[in-house]
Amino acid sequence: MTFDKLRKEAIAEWEALEHSQKPRILIGTATCGLASGADAVLEAIKLELSRRSIEAIITQVGCIGLCYAEPMVDIIKPNRPRICYGNVTPEIITRLVEDYLVKGDPCADLALGTIGDGHIDGIPSFFDLPVLKPQVRIVLRHCGFIDPENINHYIANGGYSGFVKALTMKPEDIIAEITKSGLRGRGGAGFPTGTKWTFCRRSPGDQKYIICNADEGDPGAFMNRALLEGDPHSVLEGMLIGGYAIGASEGYIYCRAEYPLALKRLRIAMKQMEERGLLGDNILDSGFNFHLKIKEGAGAFVCGEETALMASIEGKRGMPRTRPPFPAVAGLWGKPTNINNVESWADAAAIMQRGAGWFASFGTETSKGTKTFSLVGKVERTGLIEVPLGITLSDIVYNIGGGILKGKAFKAVQTGGPSGGCLGADFLQTPVDYETLTKAGSIMGSGGMIVLDEETCVVDLARYFLTFVQAESCGKCVLCREGTMQMLEILTDITEGKGKPGDIDLLLELAESVKLGSLCALGGTAPNPVLTTIKYFRQECEAHINDKRCPAKVCKSLVSFYIIPDKCQGCRICLRSCPTNAIAGDKRMIHVIDQSKCIKCGSCLDVCPARFGAVAKVSGEQLATPKEPVPVDSWGKA
Amino acid sequence: MEQSGKHLTEVLAPYKDERGAIIPLLQKVQETFGYLSEEAISQIAKFFKVSESEVFGVATFYAQFRFTRPAEHCVKVCLGTACHVRGGQQILEAVRRDLGLESGSTTTDYKFGVERVACFGSCALAPVMVVDDRVYGRLTPTKIKETLDKYR
Ligand SMILES: Cc1cc2nc3c(=O)[nH]c(=O)nc-3n(C[C@H](O)[C@H](O)[C@H](O)COP(=O)(O)O)c2cc1C
Ligand code: SF4
Ligand code: SF4
Ligand code: SF4
Ligand code: FES
Repeated sequence: MTFDKLRKEAIAEWEALEHSQKPRILIGTATCGLASGADAVLEAIKLELSRRSIEAIITQVGCIGLCYAEPMVDIIKPNRPRICYGNVTPEIITRLVEDYLVKGDPCADLALGTIGDGHIDGIPSFFDLPVLKPQVRIVLRHCGFIDPENINHYIANGGYSGFVKALTMKPEDIIAEITKSGLRGRGGAGFPTGTKWTFCRRSPGDQKYIICNADEGDPGAFMNRALLEGDPHSVLEGMLIGGYAIGASEGYIYCRAEYPLALKRLRIAMKQMEERGLLGDNILDSGFNFHLKIKEGAGAFVCGEETALMASIEGKRGMPRTRPPFPAVAGLWGKPTNINNVESWADAAAIMQRGAGWFASFGTETSKGTKTFSLVGKVERTGLIEVPLGITLSDIVYNIGGGILKGKAFKAVQTGGPSGGCLGADFLQTPVDYETLTKAGSIMGSGGMIVLDEETCVVDLARYFLTFVQAESCGKCVLCREGTMQMLEILTDITEGKGKPGDIDLLLELAESVKLGSLCALGGTAPNPVLTTIKYFRQECEAHINDKRCPAKVCKSLVSFYIIPDKCQGCRICLRSCPTNAIAGDKRMIHVIDQSKCIKCGSCLDVCPARFGAVAKVSGEQLATPKEPVPVDSWGKA
Repeated sequence: MEQSGKHLTEVLAPYKDERGAIIPLLQKVQETFGYLSEEAISQIAKFFKVSESEVFGVATFYAQFRFTRPAEHCVKVCLGTACHVRGGQQILEAVRRDLGLESGSTTTDYKFGVERVACFGSCALAPVMVVDDRVYGRLTPTKIKETLDKYR
C-alpha cells in the first residue's frame, strides 16, 4: 500500500471521529491514571452509559501530564469544545452523565478547562491554565489526544510523514537536518544527536544497529514511560528515520520490565506497522529493510549505560566497558551501533515532520528545542511537563508546579537523579539548560525534577542517592564499588548522629577519587549529589555533625516525638494508633510518650486532631513533659 | 518438578537459535514457574551449552530474578526518589508492621512477600506501592491496612 492511501484512510477514520454526532469520552489510562483509579472510573462510565442507553465513543488515551488531577476524563459533545474534568470519581461520572450528557449543563465547577474552539461560561481555556501556559508540546503533542493503540490516529495527525519525507532524501541530508535542529541527547549527557548519527553512518560495516534506550532507571523520572504509553509511534517513527539515515537494518528497543503497559503498547504499535508495511522488508516499496526487536530489561540501573545495555542485549551481565572502541565503531555484536534515548527518537520524528528551523526556534543558543521533565516531590501540581529549554526553575516550580506543597518553604530542586545534585533558592532564576545546570554542579540528566521543601533533609537525600548507586554499581571498578560504600558509611553515620569533625573533608576527598577512578558515568557522577549538598547546604551537614541536629527533622536518630502537655486533650486517638504502645494516658489525661519505646513512626503526629495539634516533632531539643499521665489542665498549675 | 521438567523443555524450545537469549529465557522461565529453581538453571545451562555458574552469574546480576518460591501476593514498595521524599520509607515500615514481618521478606504462610523497588514511573502519585500488578498511589501509612486487607 502507498503511504498516501494509508494516510487517506487514517484521515477518514479520524474525521469520522471528530465529526461524530455521538458524544465522545476520553479517559487517561496510562499507568499513572490507573494508579489513581481510572479503571474504576472507566467501569463507571460504561455502566452509566448502558444504564441510560446512551451511545458514546470512549477512547482510552495516554497521560496529558496533569498527574495531580488524575483520574482525568474529557467529554466532547457534538459542536461543543472538549471539556476536561480532573479528580474524577465514579460518583462524579454519574453527575456528568446526568447533568451534561443528558441535560446539557457542563458542570463548570468540576471542569479544569476547555480544549478547542468555542467558550463555555465559567470554564477557562485548558491551555491558558497556569500549569500549561509556559509549556510547549512537541514530544507530548499527541499524549492525551490520540488512542496510542490505533496507528491511524497517529498517521492522521501527521505521523510517519517525517519518515516518508526522509525516504525521499539522501541519508546525509537527513543527518544534516537533525544536526541543524541542534537536538542534543535527551538521555542525560546531551551529546549532539546529528554528530552521533554521522559517526555511525560513516563507520564502515555492512550490518549496523540502532537502539532505543528505554531503560529509564533514574528513580523519580517517568517521561519515557509516559511517552511510550501515550504515543509509541512517535518513537518508532524516529527509529525508522534514524535507521534509514544511518544505514541500519535492525533495531532494538531496550525497555525496563517495570513498564508492562509501555511494553504492551510498543508490541501493538509494531504489529500495526508491520501490517501496513511500515516495518520489515522493503518498507513502503522503498527498498529499505528494517526490523525491530524488543528486549526487556531485568532490573539493573547500570544497564542504561550504553555499553552495559549492549552487553545485556547480548545476554551477558550488564557491565560497562572501556571506550574506545565507541559503539559507533564496534557496538552490539561488534557492529557499528547508534543508541539514543526514547525522547531523542521522538524529537527526531518531529524534526523531520516540521523542519529543523522550527525545532531550533525553541530553546536557547546551545540548548535547542523542548525537554520533558517529571515534576515531582513537594510540589502542588506533580506531573509530566514539556518546556522550552532556557525556562527558569522558578517558572517550573511556581507557575507550572503551583508552588510548594501545603504552602511550605522551597528548599531545592534535585535534577539529574543519582548523577545530579540539589540546587537551592539561589538558582531559582537561572535558566534550565545543559550548560547552566552543569556549571552549578548538577546536570540536566534525563529530566527528573524533584522538588524539595523545608521538611526534606538534603543530607538524608544525599545518603539516599549513595545507597542507590552503591546497590547499583556493577562492581567492576574498585573506587566505584568501595569508594561509594565508604562515602555511604560516612553519610549514614552523619544522619545517625555519629558524624565526626573532619567527615566533610573526608567525603570531599573520597568524592574526587571516585570521580577519577570510575570507568563509567555511574561512578563518575555518583559523588555529585554529595558534592552539591556540601557546597550549597554545608550548614545543614554541620548541624548534623556538630549539634546532632537535623534541621529538617527527617533523620530518625536525631528526632523525637513529644506530646505538648498544655495542648493535649486526652482524647486517646494517638494512643490507639501507636504501634509500639509507647504512649500512656487515659481519657482526659495528658498523654506521655515513653521515649525508649518510641520507634518514631510519626503516626501520633498524623492522627492527633489538627485543632489540638498536641504532638511535636523536635530535633536537638527536649520538651518538658510530665513523667506519668496527669489530668488535663493540671500541668504547670501545681 | 517432574512434570515441570517436561514443561521446561517446551519453554526452552523457541529460544534455540536466538542470539543473546539467556535473559529473555530466564524471564520466561520465571514467568512460567514463578522463580528460577536450581533444576531450571541447570537445564538452561545445558541448553545453551554454558556452565551453570555462568547462568547464575547473569541471573544474580539482575534484580528481577528470584531463586526461591514466591509468595502468593507480591507487595512492592517504591523507594525511588520521589517516593523517598514523600515518605516511602514510612510506607515500607507500615507494610512490614502490618504483615508482622520482623525480619525477612515473606510471611511464614507464603501469603505476602515484600520487596523494595526503585521507581515504577508513577512518581507523580508518590508514595507508591504495587501489589501484584496493581499500582496504589498517594498512600499514607494509615491506608496500608485497608489496602492489604483486599488481599487477605
Ligand atoms: C548509569 C547510567 C544509566 C543511564 N541510564 C539511561 C537511561 O535510563 N536512559 C537513557 O536514555 N540513557 C541512559 N544513560 C545514558 C546512555 O548511556 C546514553 O548516553 C544515552 O542513552 C544516549 O542517548 P541520547 O544521546 O539520546 O541521550 C545512562 C548512563 C549511565 C552511565
Ligand atoms: S563506574 Fe561503577 S558502574 Fe561503572 S563500570 Fe565502574 S564499577 Fe561499574
Ligand atoms: S512516633 Fe510512633 S511509636 Fe513513637 S509515640 Fe508516636 S505513634 Fe508511637
Ligand atoms: S496527643 Fe493529641 S491525639 Fe494524643 S491524646 Fe493528646 S490530643 Fe489526643
Ligand atoms: S519514585 Fe516511586 S514511582 Fe517513581
